[in-house]
Amino acid sequence: MAKKKMKIRAWADKGAATVKAIVFHPMETGLRKDKATGKKIPAHYIEELSVEHNGKKVLTCLWGPAVSKNPFLSFRLKNAKKGDTLKLSWVDNTGDKDVAEAKIK
Amino acid sequence: MNQTRRTFLQATMAAGTVAIATSAGLLTPSTVLAAWPKKAFDATKYADALKAIAGSDKAENSKEISVEAPDIAENGAVVSVTVKSKAAKTEQISIFVPENANPLTASYIMSDAVDGFVTGRIKMRKTSDVIAVVKANGKLLTAKKPVKVTLGGCGG
Repeated sequence: MAKKKMKIRAWADKGAATVKAIVFHPMETGLRKDKATGKKIPAHYIEELSVEHNGKKVLTCLWGPAVSKNPFLSFRLKNAKKGDTLKLSWVDNTGDKDVAEAKIK
Repeated sequence: MNQTRRTFLQATMAAGTVAIATSAGLLTPSTVLAAWPKKAFDATKYADALKAIAGSDKAENSKEISVEAPDIAENGAVVSVTVKSKAAKTEQISIFVPENANPLTASYIMSDAVDGFVTGRIKMRKTSDVIAVVKANGKLLTAKKPVKVTLGGCGG
């Protein structure tokens, strides 16, 4: 899918960095019903998101269906500087996946 | 057009799409899906979920852990939660909502390259405690914060 599915922002300050990211994803629990048809909407949620800093894995997020729609993530990275690369990749329960890269500002 | 037939067709098509997506996922080798702990996420009791994700259900209350969440959440579908851990060697932060159908909400596996701090947004079915369990230096530390929900966020 060509549509952009992630937004990543990262700022360096005093040798560390604050990272904020939003993934655009419906995060369906599988418990909701479609009001028009009365059928259950199938579960569709991100299971795992991993963060790599300059090619090294620094954080793995294991998510369940109870994480909100369009999940937001924020964390602090130690020993980071301007220009470092961040790579976020996720996979959901249907096997759909996406990867995005960003540079620390 | 016959209404039943239309509904049937829509349902069949939707199911078909999911099936295709699933098989595509199985065919392509996945690099990130290491071991999603299905058992922990499927558990319906807090103690079972904690045991499945952290290996033990014995967690001690700690002042080193703090949970930041709103006192009253107007919309249970989006509750912003921040967990901070001052404990040395924080390895994993898990967030539980005992009143949800499946208490385990999210679990973050931290390397030593990140601070013991994580923010996320979660869904809450009704008023409940938000419990954070932090695995640090082989021990389980916990802290909680009650959140009042005025509108449930798990559909229905």
